[in-house]
Amino acid sequence: MIEIRAVTRSYGAFKALDDCSLAIHEGEFFSLLGPSGCGKTTLLRMIAGFDNPTSGSIAVDGQEMVGVPANRRPTNMVFQSYAIFPHLNVEQNVAYGLKRLQLDPAEEKRRVDEALAMVSLDGLGKRGAHELSGGQRQRVALARALVMRPKVLLLDEPLSALDKKLREQMQVELRRLQQAVGITFILVTHDQYEALAMSDRIAVMFGGRIAQIASPKEIYQRPVNRRVADFLGGMNFVKAEIVEENGSSITVNTLGFGRITTEKPKAFTRNGAGATLGIRPERLRVLWDNATAMHEVSGTVVERHYFGEITHLIVEIPGLEKPLSVTETNDFGADDIPIGAPIRLGYDRDALVAMAE
Amino acid sequence: MTALKRLLPGGNSWLAAYAFLYIGFLYLPVVFLPIFSINTSASPKFPLAGITLQWYRDLPKTPALIDAAWNSLIVGVSAAILATTFGILAARAITRYRFPGRRPIHGLIMAPLVLPEVIVAISMLLVMLQLGLSLSLFTVVLGHVLICIPYSMSVLTSGFEGFDRSLEEASADLGESAFGTFRRVTLPMVAPAIISSLLVAFTISLDDFIIAFFLTGTEATLPIYIWGQLRFAAKLPGVLALGTLLLIGSFLLLSIAEILRRRTARRTQSKGPQHG
Repeated sequence: MIEIRAVTRSYGAFKALDDCSLAIHEGEFFSLLGPSGCGKTTLLRMIAGFDNPTSGSIAVDGQEMVGVPANRRPTNMVFQSYAIFPHLNVEQNVAYGLKRLQLDPAEEKRRVDEALAMVSLDGLGKRGAHELSGGQRQRVALARALVMRPKVLLLDEPLSALDKKLREQMQVELRRLQQAVGITFILVTHDQYEALAMSDRIAVMFGGRIAQIASPKEIYQRPVNRRVADFLGGMNFVKAEIVEENGSSITVNTLGFGRITTEKPKAFTRNGAGATLGIRPERLRVLWDNATAMHEVSGTVVERHYFGEITHLIVEIPGLEKPLSVTETNDFGADDIPIGAPIRLGYDRDALVAMAE
Repeated sequence: MTALKRLLPGGNSWLAAYAFLYIGFLYLPVVFLPIFSINTSASPKFPLAGITLQWYRDLPKTPALIDAAWNSLIVGVSAAILATTFGILAARAITRYRFPGRRPIHGLIMAPLVLPEVIVAISMLLVMLQLGLSLSLFTVVLGHVLICIPYSMSVLTSGFEGFDRSLEEASADLGESAFGTFRRVTLPMVAPAIISSLLVAFTISLDDFIIAFFLTGTEATLPIYIWGQLRFAAKLPGVLALGTLLLIGSFLLLSIAEILRRRTARRTQSKGPQHG
């Protein structure tokens, strides 16, 4: 559907995008995730036609897009600022792109109404651009783009201007909308939860390069390197020594967790004998009283932080350089564990992931 | 604290008195103009001898005045259009692009605003003569363009500033061509600022005496005509009547210009939601 091949964008010596390649499938909700300045917005603007790659190609539906001006591309965009035309009302904003198609007036009205209904703005057609709330402006921007029936809808941080509650509500709505219309959505965001909650697949970007492309689950559970792991949420990193490496698995030795054989990450490049193991804080669980697990480590609680539904424990394990972070639900009284108490933690083998430095 | 509170109302009334005097000092002389323009007697003295609109009725019967009015109109319209055209180009460049020397260039464009007008006039006269141009309304237009550009610029930059560039991108994204985007988005949004600039520049040109005095040949503009008439005491009431009309005209034009300027600024700058 969308083929991005070896796209590079240089500004003098600085490379905003460095040899990026990715393929996005039809009907997919795809997210470009990364910190600000990672090149995600530049890539999106190139797909829209507001910027051109220094080298490389971008094809939509097999048609080369580089050199095609924005107004002749089968893409539409929802801007970060929404870019609602302030001199037009809601209806006129939504109909803006249709005017050029010179539709029959009844047909035009039908399509505008349909688009407004899609984003639950029915009846607000006559509202002026200044009389809209932030959430409503966002919906107008969506309707204005969707009414064009694009092959690809581009969304540039569409939720970043909304408050937390509205943002979470819009995440669900956007996902539902995308599944209803079946259009390919490409979302740019720096919010990992947003990307995880909405996407079919995510490309994580750092410094103009794509670090990993995978499903939300795989990105979260099997990050290829420390940076991706760190960006996607809390992660305990444990130094390990490679004992054995073959086709698809790797055996490492750690001081705290002992000898472990685990799946070899896709982009694993061996750097001497060292490797890093990672385990997410919620994949370690507190073993109460006589409970046992196949695999466990024991240590001492050194800090405890209460977060309402969960408690965050910092546990020192003999042999590990850094204490482990553990998040535990408060059902069994994790919020009452005394500081300094001995504690046993259970985990599954597959919760430990080997990754490149 | 209480002492301060007791002092404050007193302080306020002194402030009000000061403000009142200040405004009076600024505008009282201007108020005399319309008052004496309806005086039956030709000499501007209180008490008024009687009230008449005779002097206004006589205005259209003075061919020299009609000529001067035409000249002013031609000069004003030409200067306004030229100054606004240059102003649009400069204001667009200065608000839209970041280039080396942006600030100094902006400063230099605005400088005629604070240069002594008589110096500007003499310099312009020297340049025109060096260029071998004979003095005419054309040279006056050139001079007026120079002094009008800073006014046009300040109106236009305030209108263009904060113009969200993504609006033009959104238009292109929705399939509109570059020209279509200009016609359907850019122009409607900045049109009030452009009209405002035209009105301000026209008013500045209409009211200017010094530049016109130095750069015109035999054709008089309205301020030069008025200056010429002042030599004859009997012509004073006519001058006062004409002056009153100019005053009202300028006031109206500038008010409309300011309303339009504010409207553009509001349009281009209010991106966020107004409520909700």
